[in-house]
Amino acid sequence: MILFLPLLSAAVITLFTLRSKTISSLISIGAVVTGFVMTLLFINANGFQFSGETSTNWLSIGGLQIDFGLKLDALSMMMLLVVTGVGGAIHIYSFGYMHDDRSMARFFAFMSLFTFSMLGIVLANNFLMMFIFWELVGVSSYLLIGFWFEKPSAGDAAKKAFITNRLGDFGFLFGILMVWGLLGSLSFSTLQTTLAANPVLLGASATLAGLLIFCGAMGKSAQFPLHVWLPDAMEGPTPVSALIHAATMVAAGVYMLCRTLFLFNAESLHVISCIGGFTALLAALMAVQQNDIKRIIAYSTLSQLGYMVMTVGLNGPTAAMFHLTTHAFFKALLFLAAGSVIIGMHHEQDIWQMGNLRKKMPVTFLTFTIGTLALCGVPPFSGFYSKDAILAQALEQHNYILFSIGVFVAALTTFYTFRLFFVVFMGKEKSKAASHAHESSLVMTLPLIALAVFSFAGGFIGITNNYGSQFAAAHEQLSVAQQALEPLHNIFPMLCGLGAVAVGFFLAYSLYNNATTDPLPEKLGWLSRAMKNRFYFDELYEATFIRAHDFLAAVADWIDRWILEGAIIGAIRGGTDLSGRALRLAQTGNLQTYAFLFVLGVALLLYFVLGK
Amino acid sequence: MHAGLHHYLFVSFMLFGLGLLGVIMRRNLLVIYMSLELMLNAANLVLVSFSRFNNKLDGQVLVFFIITVAAAEVAVGLALIVALYRKRQSAHVEDLTSMKL
Repeated sequence: MILFLPLLSAAVITLFTLRSKTISSLISIGAVVTGFVMTLLFINANGFQFSGETSTNWLSIGGLQIDFGLKLDALSMMMLLVVTGVGGAIHIYSFGYMHDDRSMARFFAFMSLFTFSMLGIVLANNFLMMFIFWELVGVSSYLLIGFWFEKPSAGDAAKKAFITNRLGDFGFLFGILMVWGLLGSLSFSTLQTTLAANPVLLGASATLAGLLIFCGAMGKSAQFPLHVWLPDAMEGPTPVSALIHAATMVAAGVYMLCRTLFLFNAESLHVISCIGGFTALLAALMAVQQNDIKRIIAYSTLSQLGYMVMTVGLNGPTAAMFHLTTHAFFKALLFLAAGSVIIGMHHEQDIWQMGNLRKKMPVTFLTFTIGTLALCGVPPFSGFYSKDAILAQALEQHNYILFSIGVFVAALTTFYTFRLFFVVFMGKEKSKAASHAHESSLVMTLPLIALAVFSFAGGFIGITNNYGSQFAAAHEQLSVAQQALEPLHNIFPMLCGLGAVAVGFFLAYSLYNNATTDPLPEKLGWLSRAMKNRFYFDELYEATFIRAHDFLAAVADWIDRWILEGAIIGAIRGGTDLSGRALRLAQTGNLQTYAFLFVLGVALLLYFVLGK
Repeated sequence: MHAGLHHYLFVSFMLFGLGLLGVIMRRNLLVIYMSLELMLNAANLVLVSFSRFNNKLDGQVLVFFIITVAAAEVAVGLALIVALYRKRQSAHVEDLTSMKL
């Protein structure tokens, strides 16, 4: 029911109300908010420990039995809350943000479609269903990123996102096929019991299967080397960036990893954690030298996703999902606040054109500050707790390299976030638009405030309790106060994290407070240029994969043109033509020749029938 | 001399052969058409004679029908030839090769 409401609203909007902006958006918002309320009611009635599955047989081919099933447990319920809750806030915000857009109704139809497919991923109880919704998410994100398709850059970004995702999905599909081939089932719970009973069943190909499935997560959660689509996806409207690239779609990969964690063995987990750590580091470095307000946040998302994937790889799904949830709150908040800034600045996105916005946009300023503090991990904001859980997890696994990467990335995160913060909100106005900026309307600021509350309090309202009950058999339930003091149990990672925050903050403060231009390029030289150009990944891909692809395409074209069309089709056509010409000579057009041949034929026939 | 079945059959065979020769050899459409009728009537003769010698009336009844239909067919055929002549000013088969490419 929760699942199908958004689909219904998407269908209704597309079919009936494309002409009316207000009705369409109200339908869409209503669907998501109703979903949220229903989830809340359900959890109230059943509690988080509820776990159930319902399924109907969808199709069965030979031995393959595919159910259309829903699975509800603590993990999917928390995700339901995140998707409908954060999604609902974003929907409401979009009502303000997109108000002047011609095709607002279309926008809301896409948003509803996206929400539907995301809920499908969350609720799926088998691999195939998850894959179907996975692809649906891909399609709807393509539609949303390319929403302003009049802009060529938006169209390109949409295509890039879609194709990059397809690459990952290809591996994902192979992984699914492999799991099915080896274990004969696609249902998560069946797989889990089979594997628990007989851990060697996957055998030698366990690592390969795990890595192939991780490929899917790599595409959706934008991990290195498939990370290139996420920053470009910022061409979409800002609420889309918040919904897709902060709260939900990119979280799908991490969610999927946690859901299927039982499939991965030690080697594949190791690879996953390394890729996650590397992505976190790389993206944080790139974020330092971006000038577009949305791109900075996008790279920061990449980096935080790297954190989560790394944590999953370190066998810490609780910490990963915890960070995913808090990240959904504060990153959606940051994106929406950035969107508010962009609207206030009349669609100016260069941070060096802004400045001193704290006076002009007080609510945005306040909520952005909360988001910033949460992202950096300043206690007692939510990010502090989840980041601390991650660092503690790394230390617990005695993985000191990843631990130090984590701390370093935390410092970088603080640095670039406060760089953004100082340049945009402090200092002097750097352009005329900045001095004429205005606060956004109430429909936009209210979701900001709601998200800000959660970004603040997300650390100790029981999120870990719920995830813990999913992943650890004996997890003690902590009270609010215990959660608030949880980091003190493990003091070393907390101190490292706080130290990193302090270092980052003071660096940013000394460099960017009252700065009118970026001082870093002079100090760092080529390194800064490399960061700014995203370490030339796009160029590298352009030079290798795209060239290779073009070459292959040229070869295929040549084969088609000369061998298939020229030789084979030419020969067949020429042969038919020649025999046709020869046979034409037999047709004299003379009636009597025909009559003669006819009689000859009859005579022959008579001879054969009677003469023998 | 009493005429037996084979006499009739021989006559009808000769008629049929002459008609066929006419269809193949002659150039004028009208003559070809007449030869065609000759062949048809040869077949009729065979039917009648078999009917007579087998003491059954079926063949003769059939011939009545054939003659009736043939009369109609002759009318149509002649009309076609006349129409063709009006259009082409010729009734010779050598001139009627417009179907040839």
